[in-house]
Amino acid sequence: MDWKRRFEYWRRRYDLTDVVVWAFGLSILAVAVYGAVRSLQTTPYGWKQWLQFVLYGFSQGGVYALIALGYTLVYGILFMINFAHGEIFMFGAFGSLFVGLALQRIGFWDRYPVLSLIILFLVAMVVSSTVAVIVERVAYRPLRKAPRLVPLITAIGASFTLQYTARSFFGSGPRAYPETPILAGSVNILGIQIGKPYALTIVVSLLMMAGLYAYVQFTKTGKAMRAVAENKEVAALMGIDVDRVIVQTFILGASMAGVAAVLYSVIYIQVKFFMGFIPGIKAFTAAVLGGIGNIPGAMLGGYFLGIFESLGPALILEGLGVTAPNQLKDVIAFTMLVMVLIFRPTGILGEALAEERV
Amino acid sequence: MAMLELHNVHAYYGHIHALKGISLTVEKGEIVTLIGANGAGKTSTLRVITMLLPPTEGQVRFEGEDLTQYPTHVIVRKGIAMVPEGRGIFARLTVMENLEMGAYTRTDKKAIEEDLERVFTLFPRLKERRRQLAGTLSGGEQQMLAIGRALMARPRLLLMDEPSMGLAPILVESIFETIQQINRQGTTILLVEQNAHMALQIAHRGYVLRTGEIVLQGTAQELQANEMVQKTYLGMA
Ligand SMILES: Nc1ncnc2c1ncn2[C@@H]1O[C@H](COP(=O)(O)OP(=O)(O)O)[C@@H](O)[C@H]1O
Ligand SMILES: [Mg+2]
Repeated sequence: MDWKRRFEYWRRRYDLTDVVVWAFGLSILAVAVYGAVRSLQTTPYGWKQWLQFVLYGFSQGGVYALIALGYTLVYGILFMINFAHGEIFMFGAFGSLFVGLALQRIGFWDRYPVLSLIILFLVAMVVSSTVAVIVERVAYRPLRKAPRLVPLITAIGASFTLQYTARSFFGSGPRAYPETPILAGSVNILGIQIGKPYALTIVVSLLMMAGLYAYVQFTKTGKAMRAVAENKEVAALMGIDVDRVIVQTFILGASMAGVAAVLYSVIYIQVKFFMGFIPGIKAFTAAVLGGIGNIPGAMLGGYFLGIFESLGPALILEGLGVTAPNQLKDVIAFTMLVMVLIFRPTGILGEALAEERV
Repeated sequence: MAMLELHNVHAYYGHIHALKGISLTVEKGEIVTLIGANGAGKTSTLRVITMLLPPTEGQVRFEGEDLTQYPTHVIVRKGIAMVPEGRGIFARLTVMENLEMGAYTRTDKKAIEEDLERVFTLFPRLKERRRQLAGTLSGGEQQMLAIGRALMARPRLLLMDEPSMGLAPILVESIFETIQQINRQGTTILLVEQNAHMALQIAHRGYVLRTGEIVLQGTAQELQANEMVQKTYLGMA
């Protein structure tokens, strides 16, 4: 008798869909584990290669994390996904491209390479921020009180608008990014050779994130951002100009995207109008992985995704006998997103959020 | 001239006519209470004063200036602070950060320090817990924080929306004592309460609200003696 009641209870608690989805998730997990074990047995990689995968992943993850912060900051304050964020990143890349080319032309680039690079970062931050502020003012602010689906659709529209604006101004082909002689070659970290642009990315993204964290945690504006994120009416009652803080939040996120854009361009040495799409989607994935709205979550999610993507092909797919596994990087990334959403729908650090805010 | 003056104020939520011609005044130095049943329009009246709910008609004047031209965050700078309904503390900010947000508009570091001391003297519990996340405080402590935070703005007019709501009777007493103390230290107070009994004990004057209209007004003594008030709001037979 009792088992019947218990069965009823479990049946109600977990319906068939849950069971199927979990079974699906678990079988993927089993395949991944099997692949990893096989890889470790059969592939010729030593610990140095594995560590190298991790370092490159850490570098790529830094870029993801920087972009992911923009999604998470805006979500934290407006509960909307700024789908135009990838394009904000792209415009930062173009801005720095043109200034970089100009610096090259006047010879400044070769004479002051470090200063030039710093200028590129600043330009990208300013350009990305400008685009973000315009998008917020034109596309999002008028819809602040509309149902949540509306700004979402607008965000997708803004994304396309920006992409095709860039295309019509800058052309549809890729543009070569100025080469940086000081970033040629590689450096040695922990006995591992790693390309200088990747090392730069690791260092700069860590610095930027430490700076952002301190800013949000300790400055008056940062505290106001957190207050606005929690309750806009009460924040206004504190004398906080909510609109202004929202703009500042967009600027903060866009600045991170601008820095990421230069790092990304220095690595891939080309810039094109749809370059924001894939990093944007990946960074969004990272933000969801970490728990959207959660700042440390976005950082963690970015690194997690970067490292997983870098390790995954060799670690999981090679053992399964997949040829050219590197081309399946994206499959790994999005499979992981699905897995996390199955087993932990709020993301890694996103526990309290979903309950409080929906 | 009255410190705060509402004249024939109307306000709506969509099609709901929440305030139907409210007129009231608060003089400098007073505690004025606004009593009425649930849904009478007490909160809406406070929201109109801070322009969280802009009125469709009527005037709101503070120290002679028309408030309807300003957004909420500017009104705070004019010297009005509010303890919102349900406290509205920032749960994921620390107690200290909440208090800092209260002083957001101010730059006079020394005076802010003084006010912080004053708040900690009024509510020693907050001092003990200043590094804690506000969300971890008990209901009573959260109410203290909401009041303390409003005081950090050093307001000339303090609007309080049901500060006794959800508190144990002993805490209610001490909160009302604190309100009186704050008033004696020079802050004018407009107090919204469902607990008419306590509110009329500390207030100088009061207004009775019913379905968006003021149906009665007078000194606290007059209202306490009024038969309708006794029956409806003081629970006397
Ligand atoms: N956000 C809202 N949306 C729609 N109607 C509201 C809202 N807030 C209050 N009301 C309505 O306005 C009237 C006055 O409410 P309120 O000012 O909150 O009363 P009180 O504070 O006296 O309980 C009530 O009829 C209430 O249902
Ligand atoms: Mg109310």
